[in-house]
Amino acid sequence: MKAFARAVWVVTRKDLLIETRTREILFTTVFFALACVLVFAFGFVKEGRPMEDVAAGILWIAIAFSGTLALGRAFERERQGETLRALLIAPIDRPALYLGKLLGILILLAAVEILIVPLVALMFQAALFDHALIMVALLVAGTLGFAAVGTLFAAMLVRTRSRDVMLPVLLYPLTVPVIIAGVRGTAALLQQPADLPMARAWLSFLLFFDIVFLTISLWTFEPVMTE
Amino acid sequence: MLNRLFVPLAVVAAAMFAYAPFMILNAPYEATMGLVQKIFYFHASAGMGLFLAAFVSGIGSAVFLFTRKPAADRVAVAGAELTVMLGLIVLVTGPLWARKAWGVWWQWDARLTSTLVMWMIFNAYLLLRRYGGPGSDRLAAAVSLFGMANVPFVYWSVNVWRTLHPTTSVIPSLKPGMRGPFWFCVVAFLLVSTLILMVRTELEKRRQELDELYLAVED
Amino acid sequence: MIKKAVYALLLVAVLGGTPAFAQTTPPKTPTAGQDDFVPVSAPTNANDTIPAPRLVAIAYGFIWVVLFGYLWSVRSRLGRVEREMETVSRRVSAGRK
Repeated sequence: MKAFARAVWVVTRKDLLIETRTREILFTTVFFALACVLVFAFGFVKEGRPMEDVAAGILWIAIAFSGTLALGRAFERERQGETLRALLIAPIDRPALYLGKLLGILILLAAVEILIVPLVALMFQAALFDHALIMVALLVAGTLGFAAVGTLFAAMLVRTRSRDVMLPVLLYPLTVPVIIAGVRGTAALLQQPADLPMARAWLSFLLFFDIVFLTISLWTFEPVMTE
Repeated sequence: MLNRLFVPLAVVAAAMFAYAPFMILNAPYEATMGLVQKIFYFHASAGMGLFLAAFVSGIGSAVFLFTRKPAADRVAVAGAELTVMLGLIVLVTGPLWARKAWGVWWQWDARLTSTLVMWMIFNAYLLLRRYGGPGSDRLAAAVSLFGMANVPFVYWSVNVWRTLHPTTSVIPSLKPGMRGPFWFCVVAFLLVSTLILMVRTELEKRRQELDELYLAVED
Repeated sequence: MIKKAVYALLLVAVLGGTPAFAQTTPPKTPTAGQDDFVPVSAPTNANDTIPAPRLVAIAYGFIWVVLFGYLWSVRSRLGRVEREMETVSRRVSAGRK
């Protein structure tokens, strides 16, 4: 058990070390998320001005799009350094490898969201932090569900042709329930007055999907990654 | 095995589909929707076939992932294509019915959205197999597993959430005159689905044998 | 021979189905207690004139085309692959001699 946890941490630490030294994925993902928010803010226009109720949707779209990009970049790095094969040969459990990569992605996306969420709250006058605990829970559960599926697919697509377009094509239909729950839960919190039972219901929905996605991903990671 | 059973079963299936409209026309009209409700017989049967096809593909994929048997992979591909075909039928006949019954072509309720999502997942499966290059059979198998996991969600979505779409309790509580035609159509659809699976797996098997032959020629 | 019979049956199905749907009988008067099928909730246009028989015919026609068209296409692809296999295996056995 301890060896497993240590293996997970070794993989995560490697990714974090590289990221803290270059900050490449972090900066590019943050600015991409910002660009997303901008484009969508002006995409949804009513009477010449941005609509007010779109904050929840725009936030989660930005998370989904920038998350997909971050996943792609994170595994592109593995491909270029040909370190994925080294990781697969290493004497660690495959689930530990998967969880290590997942944790690394989660920390990266958390860093992105820490910057983007307050920004969205500011730009759309959205009271996202009135019920901060539930909001954070929604963000964590939603990002976890998205990243769980994303890590599996990004890893398995590393050696595939047309991987750049395949990742979104595969990821978005699968993570639609997560996005829906995230948006609806956030929107429930942004209502005046906030609909807390509804937000909690969507949170349980998210947690259910997190469990399903994590289970299937853990189960299939090894056979999918083995030649 | 394929050629012996296929033609008689195909004849039966064609006959059933030829006879079905007459059965359906003689079935009692539904109280509020009149003629347009008759789409139900094929729409709901296709829906049942859809769930079955998704399960076939998912289970085939699981077996393939853990045993690497090529036969399982062939079944998975056939199942996925069938899922896309039946999904297309469900997603086209539904709105044709809805236009009259609900006044709108489409609604973003739980049942319709989740069905569309599941259909797109299996489309993604086929895209991955076609354009993914070598090794995409294993990857697609993982996609298919996620697609299969959606089936219970799609099925129960209509009972858990308040939607425009009729709930699952409609089937057990069908009026007597509707039951006969409905289950007849279900059997017809299951028969055609089985036939499609049989031919499609055979096609896949022959394609692989052909590839091996080409390799032998090159030697 | 059997194949021709199958195609003939398919043709009969299509031709027989169309006049069957061309007839329309007026629906019975609505009864109370419609808990299974939900009635229309959105306001329907008074000018909503897509006739129901057309929708039903399109639905069934589409289903027939998709299902049997797909079955036919798979069957013909199978035939093509088998013919190709014969050609290639003849080449292989010729090359071996």
